[in-house]
Amino acid sequence: MNTRINKLRNQSLEAINKLSSERAKLLTEFYKSEEATQCSIPVQRALAFSYILEHKKLCVNDGELIVGERGPEPKATYTYPEVSLHSMEDLEILDQRKKVSFKVDEEVKTIYQSSIIPFWEGKSNRDKIMKQMTQEWKEAYKAGVFTEFQEQRAPGHTVLGDKIYNKGISDILVDITEAKKKLGADETDKLEELKAMEVAARAIVKYAYRNASELERLASKEKSEDRKSELLEMAHICRHVPENAPTTFHEALQYYWFVHLGVITEVNPWDSFNPGRLDQHLFPFYQKDIAKGALTKERAKELLMSFWVKFNNQPAPPKMGVTAKESNTYTDFALINLGGLKADGTDAVNDLTFLILDVIEEMRLLQPSSMVQVSKKNPDEFIKRTLQITKTGFGQPSYFNSDAIVEELVNQGKDIVDARNGGASGCIESGAFGTEAYWLTGYFNIPKVLEITLHNGIDPKTGNQLGIQTGKVEDFDSFEKLMQAFERQMNHFLDIKLEGNRRIESVIMQELPVPFLSLFIDDCIGNAQDYNAGGARYNTSYVQGVGLGSITDALTSIKYHVYDNKNITLKELVEATDHDFVGYEKLRYDLIYETPKFGNDDNYADSNALRVFEIFHDAVNNKVTPRGGTFRINLLPTTCHVYFGQVMQASVDGRKDGEPLSEGISPVQGADKKGPTAVINSMLKIDHTQTGGTLLNQKFTPQFFNTGESITKLTHLIRTYFNQLGHHIQFNVVDADTLRDAQKHPEKYQDLIVRVAGYSDYFNDLTVELQEEIINRTAHNIL
Amino acid sequence: MEFFHIECIHVLFAIFMKGTIFDIKRFALNDGPGIRTTVFLKGCPLKCAWCHNPESISSVIEEFIQVRELDGQRFESTQAIGEFVTSESLIEEIAKDKEFFRQSGGGVTFSGGEPMLQLDFLSDIITKCKAKKMHVVIDTAGLCKQSHIEKVMNQVDLFLYDLKIIDEEKHKTYTGVSNDVILKNLEFLLQNNANVIIRIPVIPGINDQEQDIVKLEQYLSDKLEYIKEIHLLPFHNSAESKYRRFNTGYSFKGVKSQDPRDLVNLKERFERKGFNVKIGGM
Repeated sequence: MNTRINKLRNQSLEAINKLSSERAKLLTEFYKSEEATQCSIPVQRALAFSYILEHKKLCVNDGELIVGERGPEPKATYTYPEVSLHSMEDLEILDQRKKVSFKVDEEVKTIYQSSIIPFWEGKSNRDKIMKQMTQEWKEAYKAGVFTEFQEQRAPGHTVLGDKIYNKGISDILVDITEAKKKLGADETDKLEELKAMEVAARAIVKYAYRNASELERLASKEKSEDRKSELLEMAHICRHVPENAPTTFHEALQYYWFVHLGVITEVNPWDSFNPGRLDQHLFPFYQKDIAKGALTKERAKELLMSFWVKFNNQPAPPKMGVTAKESNTYTDFALINLGGLKADGTDAVNDLTFLILDVIEEMRLLQPSSMVQVSKKNPDEFIKRTLQITKTGFGQPSYFNSDAIVEELVNQGKDIVDARNGGASGCIESGAFGTEAYWLTGYFNIPKVLEITLHNGIDPKTGNQLGIQTGKVEDFDSFEKLMQAFERQMNHFLDIKLEGNRRIESVIMQELPVPFLSLFIDDCIGNAQDYNAGGARYNTSYVQGVGLGSITDALTSIKYHVYDNKNITLKELVEATDHDFVGYEKLRYDLIYETPKFGNDDNYADSNALRVFEIFHDAVNNKVTPRGGTFRINLLPTTCHVYFGQVMQASVDGRKDGEPLSEGISPVQGADKKGPTAVINSMLKIDHTQTGGTLLNQKFTPQFFNTGESITKLTHLIRTYFNQLGHHIQFNVVDADTLRDAQKHPEKYQDLIVRVAGYSDYFNDLTVELQEEIINRTAHNIL
Repeated sequence: MEFFHIECIHVLFAIFMKGTIFDIKRFALNDGPGIRTTVFLKGCPLKCAWCHNPESISSVIEEFIQVRELDGQRFESTQAIGEFVTSESLIEEIAKDKEFFRQSGGGVTFSGGEPMLQLDFLSDIITKCKAKKMHVVIDTAGLCKQSHIEKVMNQVDLFLYDLKIIDEEKHKTYTGVSNDVILKNLEFLLQNNANVIIRIPVIPGINDQEQDIVKLEQYLSDKLEYIKEIHLLPFHNSAESKYRRFNTGYSFKGVKSQDPRDLVNLKERFERKGFNVKIGGM
């Protein structure tokens, strides 16, 4: 990377997270105004958006090529009091806590105390939602049976399609006018929606013009002739996009960035909005500009790198209360998709795909995140190039199966072209880009439900009667009876979760329209309906199951030791967990080492995973949501498996009190002992295409990637998983610290295979001397 | 009736076709092309001083006490080294990864121990693998009757043939046996146009001296056109913990593992003679 990019990148890395009260202040000013009281909710929100963009401080960073920050400076992060209001205590915690702190200066605290909190208290979306929630929902939520996404952030989880590359805001305004004409005289609500969209559309053009003027002002003072002409060119671009459709590579990037800023300023949507299929959208501009001689490969790379920095400058808006505990991560999961399929179903990999992979490798930034969509139609070179990046130990890009995503989306009733234009966003969630509003509603703690079942509805952590009484453990005289009780308890809690979701969705539909986002997601304009109210072509609400590996191993332990081998009664086993295995160490040893485990291609264990999957799937899938969509499942944890482990006591698979659950669909940490092909075969026993995504992590040491041949073999491993419609796989290249931990806790790393010299072996089986050697090699990245 | 009778015998035969294995390793990347499952058969007529799999030498199923620590306590459990399996159950296990084999051009490798030692079982399981169109590799030290080789030769896609020391006396000293039969069998395979990769475990101080290399070069010089590749396997001391576990002496205690890069000179030396050479396995 060149000096300019290096400087921008360092600035971004060194910038300190801080809270900016700018948005909260402007929003509150607007809501206190006369104008605000005289319009419908959608128009009110559009005007507030417009007011913020009109008055916010502009920021042009020295040397940058893409302009616009959400806050007044990089990493100065907005708050959204109308969605969820930080208390003074929250601000204090954010400022002081050690992990990912956000600096809160005195000025912010003063403004919050004097004006923001007094105005919004009791009025935020969070307050409105909480008023609607039942007692049983609140208790299950508090106990950690599930989490709730919409409680602090607005629904998000959508990704832009190709609309902005073909249409300027002026074209979109024409569409709105057309849509207005089609409305009946009594459709006043819809008219208000469209009016709101118009206001929001004009606001972003005005904001672009403000930036243009600022760039011109800076150009007039600029001493360097090169930078001066660059600033003028950027100003010129801002006067062209977003008002008009882009004509160049640079314009396309800048247009997207304005839309991105608009979406994350309007509200704090979950798992950030992102450009999705970036290599596809930009390729026509790239090709045209290169052919004309208006762009070089180097310049394209520089522009992309400047674009990358912009993402990294926007941390996820900080949370409050218990949610801060659930997720320690403050990246916003903007997931750039590369490769995959074209709309006509052919190979979409192009020159720009490889150029963007170079950018990802060189930038090594947390945001934006990146993934590769791998289809049968894509060349092996695409996977191999990506593995070269994986090898460096950077957790990106991850590997997704385009063919599975298309099948998942088509299974949900989507059009094949919309499916092919889709991909994955956030962590691993499938969606039709530009046409779908897919909301993640919260994680669901499946192992916790078994814990409650084994205590006849009581949460052993608190002693509260949290679930229904499904019978005492003494009375389960067969495994089947236990499973029936577990299924009843699952249905009970999932009903509570879905009912909560319906209530929350109804509040959001009414109270939290997003007219700006609605401009870009089809068919909100045509339907004259907001994105948050069911205006998109497809509407899906997901419940994310957590702990498939843990629940499977727990059920398998019971089946194996209690019912099939009669080594122990269920009552005794549960008592051991009640005592956190203190005094039951031999039992814990047997549970860990002498029990079949999920992830070893052993049907004895794997069949229980399938059973749990079906229970979860049947309780959720295809039920209708208030905005006319459907509930669906996916299986991913982000970092919630840690929180869900904390709310649980010891479990019957040998896990100790408070330890994390398994992540995604991965086996319990260290439980897979037959290598990655066995893991993959186990994972394929559930039907991924009936989900909206699954997450599988596999650990490898860097030495696994050392030769062309091993890269080829890993490519085949991915291909085999994907040919059979596995959704996602990620290779975690383990570092020296992990290996040190493995020396201390061998029971957690039974799966860890390392390459020795020309062969591989389980890390646990090596001599201490050889372990040390491997650690040294790993630490120094000697392959 | 006649048909029924034959079926019965076939079933009986199948039931009784059992062999002793000591490990099955899936996702083996270094025992032949593609992604493979390597089956280790128990029992070996050689006693190489540097043996990496000491538990493979005896052909009987042994036991050892496995000691593990958990929660600050020590747990001992008796574990069997080796398992007596039917070829039916073994083929089922191997076939689990057939999709990976198909995708990667991989297959199954029979290693050991010395797989040729359990000829009938080996031949039966290979026939079953070939019926499923799998690529079959045998990793052998070559000490067996020529007729044994003849029996499986046509069904085997590739031999990984271990060549340790050319000097007969020295071979006896370090492996306990003469290499006379081993060399003859190798020549037999080459004459019959079998696919052969020569694998040379490079053992510091034992077969990496100038006179050893010269002899090896001389021996291989007229076989250039028949040998697909030569693999130089760097010495590693990973077996030390096994020796400790099985309480047997290990003469390489404390000898450092070789860095693959140390073998570059040797590799280039064979390459100059026209051989395809790789360091490490596949």
